Amino acid sequence: MGLALLVVIWLITLASTYFFVAKSWLPVGASAAAGFMDGQFHLTLIIMGVVFLAAQLSLGYFAWRYREQPSSPPVAYSHGNVKLEVIWTALTTILFVGLNLMGSSVWAAQRFEPAGPGAVQVEVTGMQFAWYFRYPGPDGKFGGTSIKLMDPSAGGEAAVGLDTSDPASKDDVVTGTMYLPVDREVDVSLRSVDVIHSFFVPNLRFKQDAVPGLNIHLHFKPTAVGEYEIACAELCGLGHYKMHGMVHVVSQEDFDKWLAAREAEKQ
Amino acid sequence: MATSATAHAHAGPQGFIRKYIFSLDHKVIGIQYFFLALTAVFVGMFLSLLMRIHLIAPLASLPLVGEIKPETYLSLLTMHGTIMVFFVLTTAPQGGFGNYFLPIQIGAPDMAFPVLNMLSFWTTFVGFVVIIAAFFVQGGAPLHGWTGYPPLSAVQSAGPGEGLGADLWITSIAIFCLASLMGALNFLTTTLDMRAKGMTMMRMPLTVWSWFITAILGLLAFGVLLSAGILLLMDRNLGTSFYVPQIIVNGQIMLHKGGSPLLWQHLFWFFGHPEVYIAILPGMGVTSQILSTFSRKPIFGYKAMVYAMLAIGFFGFMVWGHHMFMSGMSPYSAFAFSLLTMCIGVPSAIKTFNWLGTMYKARIRFQTPMLYAIGFVSLFVSGGLSGPFLAQPVLDIQLHDTYFVVGHFHLIMGVAAIFGMFAATYYWFPKMFGRMMNESWGRIHFFITLIGTYAIFMPMHYLGMAGGTRRYSQYTEVAYLQKLMPIHQFMTYAAIITIAAQFIFVINLFWSMFKGPKASDNPWEATTLEWITATPPPHDNFGGVTPVVHNGPYEYGVPGAARDFVMQTDPPVASSGH
Repeated sequence: MGLALLVVIWLITLASTYFFVAKSWLPVGASAAAGFMDGQFHLTLIIMGVVFLAAQLSLGYFAWRYREQPSSPPVAYSHGNVKLEVIWTALTTILFVGLNLMGSSVWAAQRFEPAGPGAVQVEVTGMQFAWYFRYPGPDGKFGGTSIKLMDPSAGGEAAVGLDTSDPASKDDVVTGTMYLPVDREVDVSLRSVDVIHSFFVPNLRFKQDAVPGLNIHLHFKPTAVGEYEIACAELCGLGHYKMHGMVHVVSQEDFDKWLAAREAEKQ
Repeated sequence: MATSATAHAHAGPQGFIRKYIFSLDHKVIGIQYFFLALTAVFVGMFLSLLMRIHLIAPLASLPLVGEIKPETYLSLLTMHGTIMVFFVLTTAPQGGFGNYFLPIQIGAPDMAFPVLNMLSFWTTFVGFVVIIAAFFVQGGAPLHGWTGYPPLSAVQSAGPGEGLGADLWITSIAIFCLASLMGALNFLTTTLDMRAKGMTMMRMPLTVWSWFITAILGLLAFGVLLSAGILLLMDRNLGTSFYVPQIIVNGQIMLHKGGSPLLWQHLFWFFGHPEVYIAILPGMGVTSQILSTFSRKPIFGYKAMVYAMLAIGFFGFMVWGHHMFMSGMSPYSAFAFSLLTMCIGVPSAIKTFNWLGTMYKARIRFQTPMLYAIGFVSLFVSGGLSGPFLAQPVLDIQLHDTYFVVGHFHLIMGVAAIFGMFAATYYWFPKMFGRMMNESWGRIHFFITLIGTYAIFMPMHYLGMAGGTRRYSQYTEVAYLQKLMPIHQFMTYAAIITIAAQFIFVINLFWSMFKGPKASDNPWEATTLEWITATPPPHDNFGGVTPVVHNGPYEYGVPGAARDFVMQTDPPVASSGH
């Protein structure tokens, strides 16, 4: 029975480890923070992997090695070892807290500081079950919105409740697909009109809940041209699984062209 | 203490109803809790089977239930989570085994408040009936997940099941909170006030410590959830706005104004995180007990184990914010919560270290309880080590609300806790029912369940790393998710096999109850007080004798002793009490 345990625990351990390392599961990173985040992830993976292997392999080994046999020596009668406990505790504390502190700089950079000047402004609005993106237009100012003007079934400007009587809203562009220029910081302001949604773009290593009643500002910088999928990551109702969207990261030139075309459509 | 025990004594009951239905005997109540949880776990497991099948065959029409629509899937996951967390993970380890064995292990004739004990079981039972009723009302069960985040859970028009079904869901949880508060008071009073002579706190078995600390957590956590639930009911039915700001749902502007959805999350997780430990601490207790017994060695670091559990309980109340890194909560507080969360990993690591230390240079016997205790350690390690990923806000950005989280909590608070219950069942069954369970079937059940469990929950980590979002009824609408379908298929097949294997356990349980070989009073040659009394124990637990304790709970392999174990009531050994 000890041998059976050893074999099963070791096989489970090695198979699990194999699949962690055999494939790079993380989606291809396409934002400035992705490099650091993936590095931190892999560091954590290595440390936890070593602990995982050490603990599981010794568990299996002990089960087999110390199985009761007629020839087994008497057990080591001991109530523990304080010195070992202290060493173990100190090491774990240093390791866990250290890992944590290392990871906090990017978190702080993204969330403690506002976006720099010159960032592209986009307002992201979530509703059951669609995302809308609003650009302030040439004036750089978002026009007012009002819940009284919202008509989610109409889509576009009406869905986000744009107040067309506000001069600042005249050049606002509302779309169902997000366009971003590459290598420029994006200042996202995130809101929801009904329930909680979560704006998740795996390739950009970006996620943030959109909470009704809050307007959450965050920033990130896409670094590779491409099309990236948005998946809602907070349970928002029966259509949660299809609350899907696209981010197109394009060159600055293409972005300007795209925005100008939207402005022209609007006139 | 002996006098307080006498004061609590009551005559043995007469008649079927007082003896088996409305019994005041903590042992009968423990068995009632056990069977309630057994019923609940099969309901919860059946729901997960339907979910797993739907995930790989979204359009299939299933026997009994028909086609599963996206909203049906969400109801299934809501009810699966709620039933499992409350009526299984909280009910069986504490209400079931705790009720039966805490009084016996401390040498008491019963719980401190037998009537309250009966009341808390029947209140729990009513809670279970109410939540099951949610399936059968108009609109069906709610779809807001077991975490019930408003506004989704607070607005009737936000989705199917958010009408009467959601009200029943909250009501059931509120009833459960009341029952748990009653239970917690009883456990605390009993442990503090009814220990036998010589049963000092530091001679209590680690199982007793785990139930005691769990009761403290329950007392502090369930009151908060109860209040939060009542506020949610008011938002839903009385037009208040605790959790709901001005919103527009289905084109309809709601009358709410100024509420905060985050308030619910804070209150819910202030309960929800300690709840994780409510589920797992008794499993840690029973694993320690069994590892020591079957290793024929004292537990490694008894005091460290006690302090580690106390530390887990203490820190457990200061880490709730790690569920909310992505919620819009202040990023500064995320930093603090993250640091405290890392700290809670330390006592957990100490426990693992001590379990391995207990097995080191031991003489291990491999009856089924021991297999499950070893399985518990393995799952606890695997589930625990994904914690430090999720505790880092910067990694949580990618992993939050993906299957990585689902894999993490299922391993550590789901199946590890379930393995604790299996270990407890195989270990204490002889004492509870007077017969032994079948060993061969126990072993087969163990190996299929262990391998199956890993086959279901390990791939969830890979899925989550790849960005696989949770609570999606179908992976067909998003291109990158579609590519991950083979992982879902593998997990579903593993789940079907693992679920089928659970019938081995049930058959073994009921067959052994009537046909198993008779058990002796101390079949495992264990040391704690439940093994000095008759099998099954008499109504007052010790047949009119009050045990006097001289030794610590895990005196195995004492040099110079006549046997390789020294009972707690045996004459004192030199090192007793450490």
